[in-house]
Amino acid sequence: MLDKIKEFASWFFVTGDPLIYGADIAIALTTAAIIFVLTYFKKWKWLWREWLTTVDHKRVGIMYIIASLLMLFRGGVDALLMRTQLAFPDMQFLSPEHYNQVFTTHGVIMILFMAMPLMFGLFNIAVPLQIGARDVAFPFLNSLSFWLFFMGAMLFNMSFVIGGSADAGWLSYPPLSEMTGSPGVGQDFYIWGIQISGIGSLMTGINFIVTIVKMRAPGMTWSKIPMFTWSVLSSCITIIIAFPVLTVTLALLFLDRYLGAHFFTMDGGGNAMMYVNLIWMWGHPEVYIVVLPAFGIYSEIVSTFSKKRLFGYGSMVFAMMSISLMSYFTWLHHFFTMGSGANVNTFFAITTMIIAIPTGVKIFNWLFTMYRGRLTFSTPMLWSIAFIPCFVVGGMTGVMLSVAPADFQFHNSYFLIAHFHQVLIGGVAFGYFAGLYYWWPKMFGFKLNETLGKWAFWIWNIGFYVCFMPQYFVGLDGMTRRVSTYSWDTGWWGLNFTSTIGGFLMGIGFLFQVWQIAHSIKFMEKDTTGDPWNGRTLEWSIPSPAPLYNFATTPQVTERDDWWEEKERIAAGKAPKPQPVLEPIHMPKNSAIPFIQSVCWFAVGFGLVFHWLWIAIPGLLGVGITMLAHSFNYDTDYYIPVDEIIRTEEAARRSV
Amino acid sequence: MAQHGSTHGSHSGHGGGHGSLKEYVIGFALSIILTIIPLLVVMNGWLHGTAAIIVLLGTAALQFAVQLLFFMHLREEKGPRYNLMTLILGLIVVITVVIGSLWIMANNPMY
Ligand code: HEM
Ligand SMILES: [Cu+2]
Repeated sequence: MLDKIKEFASWFFVTGDPLIYGADIAIALTTAAIIFVLTYFKKWKWLWREWLTTVDHKRVGIMYIIASLLMLFRGGVDALLMRTQLAFPDMQFLSPEHYNQVFTTHGVIMILFMAMPLMFGLFNIAVPLQIGARDVAFPFLNSLSFWLFFMGAMLFNMSFVIGGSADAGWLSYPPLSEMTGSPGVGQDFYIWGIQISGIGSLMTGINFIVTIVKMRAPGMTWSKIPMFTWSVLSSCITIIIAFPVLTVTLALLFLDRYLGAHFFTMDGGGNAMMYVNLIWMWGHPEVYIVVLPAFGIYSEIVSTFSKKRLFGYGSMVFAMMSISLMSYFTWLHHFFTMGSGANVNTFFAITTMIIAIPTGVKIFNWLFTMYRGRLTFSTPMLWSIAFIPCFVVGGMTGVMLSVAPADFQFHNSYFLIAHFHQVLIGGVAFGYFAGLYYWWPKMFGFKLNETLGKWAFWIWNIGFYVCFMPQYFVGLDGMTRRVSTYSWDTGWWGLNFTSTIGGFLMGIGFLFQVWQIAHSIKFMEKDTTGDPWNGRTLEWSIPSPAPLYNFATTPQVTERDDWWEEKERIAAGKAPKPQPVLEPIHMPKNSAIPFIQSVCWFAVGFGLVFHWLWIAIPGLLGVGITMLAHSFNYDTDYYIPVDEIIRTEEAARRSV
Repeated sequence: MAQHGSTHGSHSGHGGGHGSLKEYVIGFALSIILTIIPLLVVMNGWLHGTAAIIVLLGTAALQFAVQLLFFMHLREEKGPRYNLMTLILGLIVVITVVIGSLWIMANNPMY
């Protein structure tokens, strides 16, 4: 018996690496600490009532952001492990197998479990407030989306200590990701982690499209929608056309692995290249899904901190919407080298170059907005300004990669790595950081410390260039991506070592951000105005943090940048807009079903990973039962009475 | 949300039903028939090669139409033509996926 248990444990748990034992201990200690704190301070009920079952878009947004920052930490540690391994030739820090797992995990976490949820968090925080709505269109679904993402992410992360991690790259090309190449459970963790969170992403896409189309405040016509909201709409359209492709592709891969089908195998009539084709039909749009909202954030920030209207509103909207559609027609540029001939390659090279045009247009919009503006350089603005040169260089190297014959030289080299990190960090991450700093006071009611923020900003930026500029050169020198080591006679040591220094600088920059948040919580500079940046859009017209129902009365929009125009009117001595009388507010009720159903999905995924149907089937039953339970629940909403609204508003005003 | 009209949830009433029971039953029956035909054709080996493919694609296209007409209520919309717009977008996407993949794979010497 004991032997059996031992045997099972050594297969079930990952063993044999000091790093992993360290992680085991850390996980156990953290869990124990969390349980202890919650019990000691009697916070379980609070956690359940206020957070786990909430359907309030602001709270869902905050949970997304917390989860994504934790994932940023984990993905960042993975990155530094890799940079350490590459700091010197012939390093013996990570074994090649372990290195494969680390780069796979890093890629998946950064794109799917860091960028996506951080983006959804900002959608949730800002969109309903910007369009003058009380919540998103489907608050219940919104909470379900979050919990599905969370459970998917946990399932994926678990593979580090249980069963073993995936190691076939962040897109898991077959045949490496088939049973023949990856017999372990890691690849199944990858599939189910992404599938479960992917359903959530798709639902969020639908939810926000409906919210933006249907729930705008009266008077907010299409030409008055704030630019961030436009960018969310374009991103969500891309989500609903791209994510189903990912779901189907991974489902087929799972059938190959679980039932011995032959969609992508090398034998039995399978076609591994079809997988590459399909996964990039999602993969390329995905990069635009994450970068479009960042463009929206830059637009808001640049115009707020230049105290000017955004230059070229119409062209910006047109550019974003055309990118959102065009991004669906360029996917082959990720596999020019697969060899589909000159005609196919030329077609996709040209579509890729065309999509760079609307992207370039936007840069001019931002520059002309700043031109002759009254600029203030607060942290959100700093990140936005730093983004411009970074994205210009990243975009230009992208266009270099889109030249199909030249790509045969660059493909899968460190040149490519430098390119996409430049657009993903300099474009996406900088944008989300800027958005986080910008909306932080609205979320929590206090500002983040500017001095520490500026330190973080400079260290991150210097670190970025030190890390990635050398990679362009080492790539041109012939270093390919995904190698775990190299020898002295390659001559790559200097550039790699510099790059590692840059990587650690960015790590220090992150620590400064953590310090900044901790410091700001302690020495709270309260935002008493609700409008700390002298903003332009509706979210700044209400107190910080926003009350549960957001707007006491639905705003009547008359102009683009309505709040700014209202302030101008008041400053010019005109009367403010008349306020409609208060009415009871219709609100959605909290629900435990999203959380419970997502736990059931977790069980389904976990069971299928280990081929344990005794877990998977009850899990599926649970999913069905919770769905039914929700369908027959008619008690889903309530009204906030007028006197409670008056009390809340007065309390908010008192703190002013 | 009360002021925002009928956008939120099911309780606000949609005005004009979403099809009758009869319609749903017909739609259900048609979609089952359209699923069974290709299954029988392939499993029993009634048709081979091009003929089988034509039957498969034909029933798939009909299936698509049944879904749209009986369950998505394509005919019943009023106001802004969102249904039609999304349908066109969907068709562009589907055509891109299918034709694009065929074109790429047809040019691939390895396959
Ligand atoms: C200016 C527009 C852009 C152009 C012209 C462009 C072009 C390209 C090309 C041609 C490749 C494939 C290179 C190869 O495999 O050899 C590539 C890779 C990549 N790009 Fe971009 N890109 C652009 C913007 C972006 C943006 C905005 C993002 C993300 C936010 C991004 C993320 C990526 C990623 C993740 C890869 C790596 C894929 C892999 O694992 O192989 N790109 N880009
Ligand atoms: Cu691409």
